[in-house]
Amino acid sequence: MDLLGVLQILDSTVRMATPLLLACLAGLFSERAGIFDIGLEGKMLMAAFFAAAFAAFTGNVWIGLLAAIAASLALSLLHGLASITFRGNQLISGVAINFLAAGVTVVIGQAWFDLGGRTPALEGAGRFQEVTLPFADALAPVPVFGPIYAELISGHSPLVYVALLFVPLSWWVLFRTRFGLRLRAVGENPAAVDTAGVSVVALRFYAVGICGVLCGIAGAYLATGLAAGFVKDMSAGRGFIALAALIFAKWRPWYALYACLLFGFLEAIGNRFQSIELLGIAVPSQFMQALPYILTVVILAGFVGKAIPPRAGGEPYVKER
Amino acid sequence: MSDVQTLQQGRSDGAALAIELRGISKSFGPVQANKDISIQVAKGTIHGIIGENGAGKSTLMSILYGFYKADAGEIFVGGQKTAIPDSQAAIAAGIGMVFQHFKLVENFTVLENVILGAEEGGLLKPSLGKARKLLGQLAKDYEMDVDPDAVIEDLSVGLHQRVEILKALYRQADILILDEPTGVLTPSEADHLFRILKGLRDQGKTIILITHKLREIMDITDTVSVMRRGEMTATVKTRDTSPEQLAELMVGRKVLLRVDKVPATPGKTVLEVENLRVRDAQGVERLKGVSLDIRAGEVLGIAGVAGNGQSELLEVLGGYATGDGVVRLNGQAIDLSGRYSDGRSRRASGIAHVPEDRQREGLIMDYHAWENTGFGYHHDPAYSSGIFMNNRALKQDTIDKMERFDVRPPNPNLQAKSFSGGNQQKIVVAREIERNPDLLLIGQPTRGVDIGAIEFIHKQIVALRDAGKAVLLVSVELDEIMALSDRIAVMFDGQIMGERLPSETNETELGLLMAGVQQGAA
Repeated sequence: MDLLGVLQILDSTVRMATPLLLACLAGLFSERAGIFDIGLEGKMLMAAFFAAAFAAFTGNVWIGLLAAIAASLALSLLHGLASITFRGNQLISGVAINFLAAGVTVVIGQAWFDLGGRTPALEGAGRFQEVTLPFADALAPVPVFGPIYAELISGHSPLVYVALLFVPLSWWVLFRTRFGLRLRAVGENPAAVDTAGVSVVALRFYAVGICGVLCGIAGAYLATGLAAGFVKDMSAGRGFIALAALIFAKWRPWYALYACLLFGFLEAIGNRFQSIELLGIAVPSQFMQALPYILTVVILAGFVGKAIPPRAGGEPYVKER
Repeated sequence: MSDVQTLQQGRSDGAALAIELRGISKSFGPVQANKDISIQVAKGTIHGIIGENGAGKSTLMSILYGFYKADAGEIFVGGQKTAIPDSQAAIAAGIGMVFQHFKLVENFTVLENVILGAEEGGLLKPSLGKARKLLGQLAKDYEMDVDPDAVIEDLSVGLHQRVEILKALYRQADILILDEPTGVLTPSEADHLFRILKGLRDQGKTIILITHKLREIMDITDTVSVMRRGEMTATVKTRDTSPEQLAELMVGRKVLLRVDKVPATPGKTVLEVENLRVRDAQGVERLKGVSLDIRAGEVLGIAGVAGNGQSELLEVLGGYATGDGVVRLNGQAIDLSGRYSDGRSRRASGIAHVPEDRQREGLIMDYHAWENTGFGYHHDPAYSSGIFMNNRALKQDTIDKMERFDVRPPNPNLQAKSFSGGNQQKIVVAREIERNPDLLLIGQPTRGVDIGAIEFIHKQIVALRDAGKAVLLVSVELDEIMALSDRIAVMFDGQIMGERLPSETNETELGLLMAGVQQGAA
């Protein structure tokens, strides 16, 4: 395979990894604060729909993005209300959100656009356009570096760069700021935070809110960056893959980047090589496309060594007598 | 005794008050945890609050720390009326609290735990730097050395507590509340803690010590307040009182602090253990060749700091862990491989077992009392026939046991978790002792049990011994070992360091053995 072919796969890897990365970081904030969130999938889906719908209405993808964040945030607050305020079961709340999003998007989509749950195809300012970084065209002819810069680094949707920026930002917030210290503490031992005179409820709502915003961006990217409009169930299990990546990454931002790139790479390979021959045997394309999901199962089955989740994860905080 | 009079005695002689509570009341549903409590704590003193479990000590202090809101009453800090709606307000008023169950983030470093909630500004770096400097200073002032970069889960329990104290001092607490601080400490760690507390007092800090251990109160407090059933029954100067008087005030009747017993008359050997070895799940050897024997009519006490193999000894003898070696009961070898025996066959052979952790091993907390009193013996024809349980017989039996053992409330239909620690333990002890076993294994018989119930359980153990049974007693409370045992074996690092007679040894010698110091080496 030539350099260009490799670059195209890597380029595709970055694109595929972006929504995973955003969702994974969303989950990271939430779970680090002790709130398990299997509703990442539903929030992304809801965000994708509202992004596409509002971009279609207004022809402005930025308004679509805001609508996506608002929709995802609303579901996040619902999750927070159920699991923080009312101390409900976080898994059940998450499942409910996934079902809610799967149903609501199609029903509203049908009512608004009458296209069988789809939104109209987006074009022009209704989609995120590729950003050409400075000098990309000028440098393109330079051997090796030129194509890498022009093909791989330049020419993505702005949300790709946003997602990548969130990795160091998340790390910095979590490990270098007061907010991060408290957020990690509340996921490990909320009683320690409470007795230190800091509100457990407020901290967890902040975390869930950040999770909502990031899922919103992830969903908007799906519908207005990766695709050109909303299709039923278009999140296609990415929320769950992001959760697997989160475990793989041991709840750390930089590892999350690597894990999501790995999943993105598998997805890119699956898309590119519909049929491939290995040692004379034809590998069916279904197998190639199932690769990320197979890896998810393998990771969740615990083949990647011991991953210790935040200790207070999944448990509502009740003051002890 | 007149409560008013004792209150007068306890009043500090004109010294400034650090804390004054007036008329504090607090209810949890129908339970009134604190009834109209007033207390004065003088500045620069160590003030003990003593009372049985459930007397309301912890509730009162949680109110002072802003963890609960009182239904009625006023709080004065340093003479100023102060509202304490939350912990933040308590911290601002200069109050620090070390809870019985530590509130530390296990995978954070010492420094991170110390600054959590008291950071300066949004970035961590300046706060960490300042805390590091202050910790160095405190380590020098009060011999409170802790590696600031150590991760909490790698530290011992004693150091966890030190971190909690440092947390409070970092927040510039002038008043330090400690809730049952020595429950998890070895004797030498407890001594060290008391030295620290005395040092803090001499620096002008005020210390409130909540405990149910009389000896601690007598050792280090200046003033002591006694609580019983949510009420403050007396406040006295420690030097004007005695353990007997305090015990009476706590329980409301005369309590025998010494175990009354006649000399043992040991009979034939009941249990022989030879070269017993046990490995844990990680393959680490926990028992490294233990040999001991117990005769009928004798209590063998196993002393030692928790985690030196005592638990494994009980588990393997009780039939729910496996080991290598020889164990004979009444001359019959017992299978230790776990292939031909289990807890049930141990019970059938005459071994009864009161496990160390009643909540995890002794009871099923969600089961009713009557289900728990039959558990483990539910195959007994008195309780069941074939696959059917005879619930009526079981309930009647429970009612009888509850009466004989004074379990309160005597209601067989309550879940085990609804009983206090002492009453839970009585249910377990009743179940095991009333089977009239040849050998009783009993671990930490009075951990978290109030003083009235301790007296009762101790009497039962002595009665069983006097009935000619063998008792293996494991306890981390040296007092208990000294009071009950006819012989004392000290365990350290999976081995028996030596055997002593209670009459010919003392706490110092046992303490050295517990620390692994062989005779002559010290």
